[in-house]
Amino acid sequence: MERSRRSFLKILGISTLGLGTLSSVDLLAKAGMGKAEFAPDPKGMTGKRWALVVDVKKLDEDTTQKAIEACHLIHNVPDYGDEDNEEIKWIWTDKYEHAFPGTEHEYLAAEIEEKPFLLLCNHCANPPCVRVCPTQATWQREDGIVMMDQHRCIGCRYCMAACPFGARSFNWKDPRTTYFKDKEPPNPKYPTRTKGVVEKCNLCAERLAVGEMPACVEAVQDSKAIVFGDLEDPHSEVREVLHEHFAIRRKPELGTNPNVYYIV
Amino acid sequence: MLETALKGSKKYWILIGVLFGLHGMGATAFLYQLSKGLTVTGMSRDVSWGIYIAQFTFLVGVAASAVMVVLPYYLHNVKEFGKITILGEFLAVAAVNMCLMFILVDLGKPMRMLNVILHPTPNSILFWDMVVLNGYLFLNIIIGWMVLSAERKEVEPPKWVKPLIYLSIPWAVSIHTVTAFLYAGLPGRHFWLTAIMAARFLASAFAAGPALLILLCLIVRKVSKFDPGKEAIQKVANIVVYAMIISIFFVVLEIFTAFYSQIPGHMHGFVYTFVGLHGHGNLVPWTWAFAVMAVLATLMLLCPPLRKNEKTLAISCLLVFFSLWIEKGITLVITGFIPNPFDTITEYVPTLPEIAITIGVWATGFLILTILYKIAVSVKEEIAS
Repeated sequence: MERSRRSFLKILGISTLGLGTLSSVDLLAKAGMGKAEFAPDPKGMTGKRWALVVDVKKLDEDTTQKAIEACHLIHNVPDYGDEDNEEIKWIWTDKYEHAFPGTEHEYLAAEIEEKPFLLLCNHCANPPCVRVCPTQATWQREDGIVMMDQHRCIGCRYCMAACPFGARSFNWKDPRTTYFKDKEPPNPKYPTRTKGVVEKCNLCAERLAVGEMPACVEAVQDSKAIVFGDLEDPHSEVREVLHEHFAIRRKPELGTNPNVYYIV
Repeated sequence: MLETALKGSKKYWILIGVLFGLHGMGATAFLYQLSKGLTVTGMSRDVSWGIYIAQFTFLVGVAASAVMVVLPYYLHNVKEFGKITILGEFLAVAAVNMCLMFILVDLGKPMRMLNVILHPTPNSILFWDMVVLNGYLFLNIIIGWMVLSAERKEVEPPKWVKPLIYLSIPWAVSIHTVTAFLYAGLPGRHFWLTAIMAARFLASAFAAGPALLILLCLIVRKVSKFDPGKEAIQKVANIVVYAMIISIFFVVLEIFTAFYSQIPGHMHGFVYTFVGLHGHGNLVPWTWAFAVMAVLATLMLLCPPLRKNEKTLAISCLLVFFSLWIEKGITLVITGFIPNPFDTITEYVPTLPEIAITIGVWATGFLILTILYKIAVSVKEEIAS
């Protein structure tokens, strides 16, 4: 109701402008049009450069599955199976040699070789996907999160060609008429997608807004395998763990400046 | 002038009918793709662009045909080209139309296409590609149409056309450069990450476009009373030889850099296309077909008697056209996605609906070309009689 009243007022405002009566526009402006329409939730988290630190030593099959499941349930990510090359991936695991190609060698420590590395969008500080998108359907927020507007995306997949981390997935088929045809999407509060748009991890922007940790971080909080925080805040937990441990990032030589770190 | 396209021989109407039929087949397949999504294609998470974008890339090159006759005629007064500039311009119009259609059928949400204009994004190369392609289309439609209708009335074209003609020359360079930048600026796609990408695009475009133009001139001479002229064809053939040699030279430069430096990322793409990588090699036969045809065509074109004989020249031009079609219309784009960011390989094979849509777009382009050429040839015949 509120919304339609507002758009009615807007149309009214534009029509009056068309008639050339400036005074009535002033009147409408005084009536409160043009002011901020939403106030942020006071509980919401604010940061300047969100980052994740994944402690690979604390990860095992079980923990990674917990993180993946939590994310996919909350965001209604369809599970087409690993074998489907139209798979949608927000957070997933792969071996070291695939996560860090070019850095593997024949005599890699057995422990590292077998470890499941948790992979997701790096929310790069210098994101090539944002640079190439022709409609700004993918953009970078002030807190560093690389967001995706599935209502604006035209499905050109230029961002998928640009992302060097394979973090973007395209809805080749319609999840609503295939995977969710006979079952309800697990989270009614989060929209399912249509065919023809790109999607990816949003660092749980919708959860941060109400003061909740990203779902993957929360799911493994007992083991503290994933730490979340603001890199610009010197007292944040991410800065502390990065100070204490040697951590690496995926493909740093490409200059995208990833914000997901791995303690190995 | 449009009325001239409505009167034609039986053969003309049969050709129109066949092309229209193929267009219908493509359109039907496109409706099927619209209802099911791009899942009906062979593309995947790893190879996220396929033959649609590859055809688009190749056809941007074909659109170069115009500048290779317009530039010598207007800047160097090469009189022989006066008769065929219109053929080059109309070929460019048809080629750019195909480019735009191939982008359209590749979009996941084609109905949102105008978002590119509603939310203009100067940092996106795709935005600029939209600008230069549409600009080139309008330039060639306006120039071609104005010059041809003036010719029909046996008067000089209006003065304001001249600046547009001069503008169309650098504009033609821009469409290749911008299209090459789509690929050449992406981190992590080693096969495309090369500074000579735009130069390669220009060289291969100036070979493939004019080669097709020669073939079309030979066809026009056969089916109509309009003769584009032996000298004009020979001059275009010279351009094709030079451009083809430079094209091959550029590919050799790429191979040298990759293999002498021995950097794995730079070598992988070439290894995949030429001999196969980790047991995957779908493109190997295509790549060799390209290499053999390209070298053979160049040798034939370099040999004066074979170049001057229009029968062997036609064969050389077919070889040039198909070899570069393989290079830019198949291997260059697909190999860019192999290996994927995880250093593993997903192969790509286009599906039947995908091939049907591709044929449909080509047929639609040739339908536009046939109609435009019919108009041009009718006007030329009319003046001659």
